[in-house]
Amino acid sequence: MSPAFWIILTASVAAAACALVGCFLVLRRMAMLGDAISHAVLPGIAIAFLLSNSRAPLPMLLGASALGLLTAMLTELLHRGGRLQQDASIGVTFTWLFAVGVILISLFAGQVDLDQECVLYGEIAYVPWDTWTTSGGRSLGPRALWILGFALVFNATWILLAWKELKICAFDPELAASLGIPVAAFHYLLMGATSITTVTAFESVGAILVVAMIVGPAATAYLLTDRLGHMLAIAVGLGVASATLGYGLARALDCSIAGAMAVVIGVLFALAFLFSPSHGLVPRAWHQRRLADDVRAGRAGPIVGQSPDAA
Amino acid sequence: MNASFDWGALLGDANVRSVLLGSMLLGAGAGVLGCFTFLRKRALLGDALAHATLPGVCLAFLVTGSKHPFVLLVGATITGWLGVAAVNVITKRSRIKDDAALALTLSVFFGFGIVLLTRIQKTGAAAQAGLDKFLFGQAASLVPADVLLLGGVTVVLLACVVLAFKEFKLLAFDPQFAATIGRPVGALDFLLNTLTVLSVTVGLQAVGVVLMAAMLVTPAAAARYWTDRLPVMLVLAGTIGALAGAIGAVVSMTAPRMPTGPWTVVAATALFAVSLVAAPRRGVVARTLRRWRTRRRVAEENVLKTLYHLGESDGVWDAPRKASDVSGRRRAKTAGVASVLPRLANAGWVERTGEAWRLTRAGLDRARRVVRLHRLWEVYLTERLHLAADHVHDDAEEIEHILTPELEAQLEAALARPRFDPHRQQIPYDAPVPASAAEPTVVP
Repeated sequence: MSPAFWIILTASVAAAACALVGCFLVLRRMAMLGDAISHAVLPGIAIAFLLSNSRAPLPMLLGASALGLLTAMLTELLHRGGRLQQDASIGVTFTWLFAVGVILISLFAGQVDLDQECVLYGEIAYVPWDTWTTSGGRSLGPRALWILGFALVFNATWILLAWKELKICAFDPELAASLGIPVAAFHYLLMGATSITTVTAFESVGAILVVAMIVGPAATAYLLTDRLGHMLAIAVGLGVASATLGYGLARALDCSIAGAMAVVIGVLFALAFLFSPSHGLVPRAWHQRRLADDVRAGRAGPIVGQSPDAA
Repeated sequence: MNASFDWGALLGDANVRSVLLGSMLLGAGAGVLGCFTFLRKRALLGDALAHATLPGVCLAFLVTGSKHPFVLLVGATITGWLGVAAVNVITKRSRIKDDAALALTLSVFFGFGIVLLTRIQKTGAAAQAGLDKFLFGQAASLVPADVLLLGGVTVVLLACVVLAFKEFKLLAFDPQFAATIGRPVGALDFLLNTLTVLSVTVGLQAVGVVLMAAMLVTPAAAARYWTDRLPVMLVLAGTIGALAGAIGAVVSMTAPRMPTGPWTVVAATALFAVSLVAAPRRGVVARTLRRWRTRRRVAEENVLKTLYHLGESDGVWDAPRKASDVSGRRRAKTAGVASVLPRLANAGWVERTGEAWRLTRAGLDRARRVVRLHRLWEVYLTERLHLAADHVHDDAEEIEHILTPELEAQLEAALARPRFDPHRQQIPYDAPVPASAAEPTVVP
C-alpha cells in the first residue's frame, strides 16, 4: 500500500481519537486544559526516552500520562492552595513543564531521538517507514497506527461504557454530583484520556497541532448540532475529513502535513461559524432580516405568544 | 556551562551588554503588560496571541524577502492582532466559549505558520535559517541595532502604560464603571490589546513564539502575591520579567546552541515559585502560619472560657480544675485540652497546682472577655436580627474569637450594656460584679 494511504489513515485515526475527547473538553469548557496537557506531556516523554533508551510505547505512555495528570493536579493545587486564578494557574503550569521538556531535549540531544521541531510539528511523513514486523518478518503496518488505534479504541470504550454519566457530567456537573455520580473521578478520567490521546498523537502531529485536532472538529461539530451523540459522530467525521484534505493540501503546497491539517481544521470551523444552519452567522442574520421585513409588513405571527390577559 | 567563564570580559563587550539590556527590556515590557491581561482574567489570551504571530513573521519574510526585525515585527503584530480579534469574534458571535476559541485560534494560526515556515525551508533560501529561532528564541542572535529598535518599542509601551495608567486601571478592575462615567472603553481596550500584542512581538526573538505566553502570565502571577496595589504590582512584574530575560540572555550567550526561551521561562517560574511560597500575607507559608496561629488561639480561648464557665457554676473562680473537668464540660478530647493548658501556663493565663490548673487574674480577665463577647453577640442577634434564642449559640461560638475591642465597644453602646444574654446568663463586664447582685436572677 502506498505511503499516502498509511499517512492519511494514521492521521485520520489520530484525529478521530482526539475528536472524541475534544467534544467533552469543549463542553466542559476545559479546552485550554487540553492545550496545557498537550504541552506538559513533553518532559514525561523526554524522561521516558532517557530512562528506557528507546521509543518503546509503554514507557512513553506512562511518562506522558503521569505528566498529564500532574498538570491537572498542579493546576488545581495552584488554584485552590495558592489562590491563583484558574487561567493563570494553567498558564504558569504548562509553560513551565513545556520549557523543562524542551531543555531536557536540547541537553540530551545526542541521546534522545527527538528534536525541538519534531516536538512542534511531528513526523507524520515518516510514519509509513516505521513499521512493526513480526518475528517472521511480516510487516504489520506502521507502528504509530497501532498506537493511535489503541488510543481510539480506548476512548471509544470508556465513552460507551460511561455514556449516561458522562453526558450528565458534561452538561450539568451539579446535577451529576447530586445524583451521586463521582464527578471528580470522571474529571480525572477525562484528564487521563486526554493525556493518553495527546501522547499517542504527539509523535505524529506534534504538541500544538494536537490541540487543533482536539478542539477544532469538536468546536465545529458543536456549531452544527445540539445532540451529544451527533456531535461526537460529526467531530470524528470532520477529523477524518481534515486529515484527508490536509494531506492533499500539504502535497499541493509541499509543506508540513500536520500544519496543513490544522489549516483545514480552521477553514472547516470558519465555514461552520459562518454557514451552520442552526448557529451560523449568515443564516442567523438572514433569519433576523426576514423577520424584520415580516414585522414591517405586518406579516409577523406571534413571536413570543401574546399573553392571555391581553387577549 | 563553562566554569572558567570570563565574566569581566563578557560584560565589557558592547554586543553582550546590548543583548543583556535588550532581553531585560523585553521581559520587563511583557511583565508589565501581562499584569493587565492577568487582572482582566485573560491570562491565556497571551498564549493564543503569541502563537498567532508566527504566520505574520513568515508572511513578512515571504513578502519582503527581508529579515530586518522591523519588517518581521510589523508582520507579527498584524497576525497577532488578527488572532486576538478572532478570539473576540468567535466568543461574541457564536456559542463557542473562550477556552475553545483560544485553543482553536492558537493551533490554527500556528499550523498556518508552520505551513509557511516549511514552505520557506523547502524553497531553500539561505536567508530563512534565521526564522527558526522565532520558535524557541535565541537572544544571542540579537545585534545592537535590533536591540535599539526592540528596546525603543518597549520604552514606548511602558510610557503608554504610565500615561494611560488611570484609564487602564479602571478598565482592569471595573470596565462597567469606566463605561458609565464616559470613558471610551472600546478604544482603551483596543489600545491595551495593541500594546499587549506589541510587547509579545518584541519579545519573540528572545523568548520565542511557543513560550512567550509565559512572559505575560508568570511574572504578573508572581507579582500578585506580594501586593494588593497595582503600581507596585506593575513594577514588581516588570522587574521579575527583566530578571528572567537577563537569565535567558546569559544562558543564550554561554551556551549558544541552547534555545533561550525555555531558560527564560524556567527562571520566571522559579521566581514565581519563590513568591508563591514566601510572599508575606498572600504566600502559602504566611497563610498556613496565620491559619495555624488562629486555630491555636481559638483552642486557647475555648479552654479559658470553659474554666470561666466552671467557675460560674460553682462560684469559685480560682478553683483548680483537671484537664478532664474542662474536656467533660466542652465535650472535647482530654488530650487536646491537656496539650493547651501548659501553653496557657507558660503565657501566664493559668497556673499549675499538681494535676490541676486554675485561672490567674489575667487569665480570668481574658476568659471573661471571651464570655462577654459571646453573650453580647447572642443579645445582638436576638434583639436586632430577631433570631430565636436557641439559634444564636453556634454563631457566637465563632464570632467571640474575632470581634475587635472597637466592635465590642460599639456592641455595648448599641445594646445599652445589657446585663443578661438571651439564656438569662449574666454578661460579665470588666468591673467586677458583686456576687450578691447577680445571684438571685441567674437561672442555672
